[in-house]
Amino acid sequence: MATAIRTEGLSKQYQIGQLRPAYGTLRDTIVHGVHRLRTGHVHEPREKIWALHDVSFEAEEGQVLGVIGANGAGKSTLLKILSRITAPTTGRAEIRGRVGSLLEVGTGFHPELTGRENIYLNGSILGMRRTEINRAFDEIVEFSGVEKFIDTPVKRYSSGMYVRLAFSVAAHFEPEVMIVDEVLAVGDAEFQRRSLGRMERFGESGRTVVFVSHNLRGILQLCDQVILLEDGKVTANGPAADVVSQYEQKTLGMGSEIVWNDLATAPANAFVRLQSIRVVDEDGAPVSVADVRRPVGIEVSFAVLLPGRAVVPKIKLHDQHGVLCFNAMDVSPRWHDPTPPGEYVATAWIPGNFLNEGRHAAGVEIVKLDIPKPDPQASAYEAVAFHVYDPAEGDSARGLFSGQWKGAVRPLLEWTTEER
Amino acid sequence: MTETPTPVQKPRLRLPVPSRLVAPDRDVPVTVIEPARSWPRLDYRELWRYRELLGVFIWRDLKVRYKQTVIGVGWAIFQPLFTAVVYSLIFGRFAKFPSGALPYPIFAFAGILAMQYFSGALNISSGSLSANIPLLTKVYFPRLLLPLAGVSVPLVDFVLSSWVLIGMMFWFHTYPSVHVVLAPLFILLALVAALGAGLILAALTARFRDVPYAIPAFMQVLPFLSGVPFALNGAPAKWQWLLSINPITTVVAGWRWCLLDGPPPVLGQALLGTCVAVLTLVAGLAYFRRSEPRVADTI
Repeated sequence: MATAIRTEGLSKQYQIGQLRPAYGTLRDTIVHGVHRLRTGHVHEPREKIWALHDVSFEAEEGQVLGVIGANGAGKSTLLKILSRITAPTTGRAEIRGRVGSLLEVGTGFHPELTGRENIYLNGSILGMRRTEINRAFDEIVEFSGVEKFIDTPVKRYSSGMYVRLAFSVAAHFEPEVMIVDEVLAVGDAEFQRRSLGRMERFGESGRTVVFVSHNLRGILQLCDQVILLEDGKVTANGPAADVVSQYEQKTLGMGSEIVWNDLATAPANAFVRLQSIRVVDEDGAPVSVADVRRPVGIEVSFAVLLPGRAVVPKIKLHDQHGVLCFNAMDVSPRWHDPTPPGEYVATAWIPGNFLNEGRHAAGVEIVKLDIPKPDPQASAYEAVAFHVYDPAEGDSARGLFSGQWKGAVRPLLEWTTEER
Repeated sequence: MTETPTPVQKPRLRLPVPSRLVAPDRDVPVTVIEPARSWPRLDYRELWRYRELLGVFIWRDLKVRYKQTVIGVGWAIFQPLFTAVVYSLIFGRFAKFPSGALPYPIFAFAGILAMQYFSGALNISSGSLSANIPLLTKVYFPRLLLPLAGVSVPLVDFVLSSWVLIGMMFWFHTYPSVHVVLAPLFILLALVAALGAGLILAALTARFRDVPYAIPAFMQVLPFLSGVPFALNGAPAKWQWLLSINPITTVVAGWRWCLLDGPPPVLGQALLGTCVAVLTLVAGLAYFRRSEPRVADTI
C-alpha cells in the first residue's frame, strides 16, 4: 500500500506571551517597539514552549490512525497542522489525496440561514463540491431526521436538531484523507451509534483517517494503528491494542501484570505471600487487551509459607465505572484441607462472551474461609487491568449492533423461540 | 477457538501493491505542509480551485445581510439617498459647493454611490477575518477568499442603488455620454483600492483590535478627501494633485465623467491614483499572505 500521510519532525513552538494576550493592541506594540529602540533590546526574553516536538509517523492508505494522549499533549496542535489551519515551526508533512478535516461539527453554520442553506454552506466550507452536496442532499436530510424543519432557520432548532444536522453533513463528507477530532461525542446515544457505524464504514471503504479521541473504546474499535502523544512527543506508535494498554498503564498506574520481587513489599501475612498476578490468554501468554469472544485468565502465583491453614485463591473484578462485576473463588475440594507449604499458580478462567467491553481491573485475595466472612490472608485490590474489546464481527453478544451496550456483563445467551 | 485473544491487526506489509487511490490514471493531489515562508507567493491555482467557496461566501453574506429587517434591501437605496439629500441641502444649497455644470443632487448622489461602495468594501473586507474566527480556527481554505468576498458583496448594493441614479438621470435630464462603457473600469479601480487596503487592515485586525475603531473615523473624512461634495476641477491645481494621491478621487471623478458626462479626469491625476491603488493591492497581498499562516494563532 502507498503511504497516505508522512510526517517528518513536525514541531510547533508557541511563545507563551503570544498565546495569552491575543488581543494585543497597537498601542502595546508601539510602546514595546519604542522601548526596544531606546534600550537596544532586540529580543525580549519570552518563554517558549513546544506544543509539538519532532513528531514523525506514517499512515498508509486505508488505514485508520488513532491519536491519543492526555489534555495538552499536542493532539489538537497536530490536527491543526495536518489540517493546515496553522503552519508548523519546523518539519514537514505530506498528505496524498484530497484532505478534509473535521475538527468540529457545523463549522460555519449560520443561525439566520435555513437547514437547507446551511447544508450547502457547511458542505462547501468542509470542501465538498456543489454537485457532491446535491447528490448527498436527500441522504443528509434523512440521516439528520430534521426533514420537517429543513426550511426553518437553524436558530429556531433545538440544540439536538442542530447537532444532528451538522453531523449529518460531516458524515456525508468523504475525502480520501480525513482528519477527525472527537466529533463523535455529540448527540444522543442513538445518534452516536449511527455515527460510529458511519465512521467505521468510512474506514472500511479504503479511506485514510486520522482520528483523535479520548474514547478508548472508539479508538480500539475503529483504529488499526495508534500513536500516543505525551508533552508534544510521540512516545508510542503501534497496533491500537498495544498503545492503548500502554497508555492506560501509564495513566492508571496499573498494568496487566504485577510481580512482587521484593518479599518485603509483597502482600503477605505469616502464612501466605502473593508473588505475581498476570492477565493471560488461552495459551498462557500475557495480554492487556482481550477479545470479548475469547476466555481470559487471571493467573495468581502465591506461596504458602507455613502449614496448618486452609486458604483459597479468590478474584474480584471491577469494570471501568467501578462496578463490581463479580467475586469468584476456586471451589475445588483441594482447598478444603490445610494447604501444604509450597508455590502455587492458580488461574481463574473468565469465559469468552461474558464480560462487557471496556477496561476491567482484577483484584486478588488469598482467603481463609471463615463464617460469616472470608478472612483475607494476602490481598491486592485492583492489581491488574485489561481491556476487553469487541471487534464487532457479528459473532459476539452484540451481534451486528454497533452502538452502546450497557451492563456489568455481556453474556451470549442461548435463546429458544417457538412460534405459536 | 484457539487463536490468541489479542485483537488481530490488519496486515501492514510494505509491499508495492497498486492501490485504488493511486491508480496511475488519476492524478492524486499531494498536500505539502511546511513551515511558512516569510513572504509566501500567491497561489493562483489554489484560489481558482476554491472559486466555488468564494461564491458560497458571497452568497452567505448576501443572504444574511438584510435578514430580519423590515425594508430589507431598501436600505441599500435609502442610505445613499439620505446622504445625498443632506449633502444637497448643506453643501449644495447653503455652502454653494461647485458642481460644475451638473445639478447638485445628481452630482452628489453619483459621488456618494462610488464612495459608498468603497467604504462598504473596505469595511467588510477589513473585518472579514475577525468576523470569521470560528472558521479560521477549524478549517482550511485560502484566507484570501474572505476579503475577496468582502469586496464583492457591496457590489450588489451598488448595482441596486445605481437604479436610483438612472431614475435621477431622467428627472434631471442628465444623460451619460459614450464614455459610459468605461464606468466599470472605475468601479474596478475602487475594488482594487478597497481590496488592497482591506487586506492590510484585515491582517492587522487579526492581531490588533484597534483597526475597527480607526476605520469609521477615517471614513468620515474620506468623502472630503475624494471630491465627493465638490467638483475636483473647482479646486486649486496643487490641491487637485494632492487629492489625487487618493485613488477614490479618480473613481469619483471618473464615475461622474462616464455617467453624467461631467468633465473628464486629468490623465496624470488618474494615473497617479491608479498607481497608488495597484501598489496598495500589491502591498496588501504581500502583507496578507505573510500573515496568513499565523492568523489562526494570533487571531
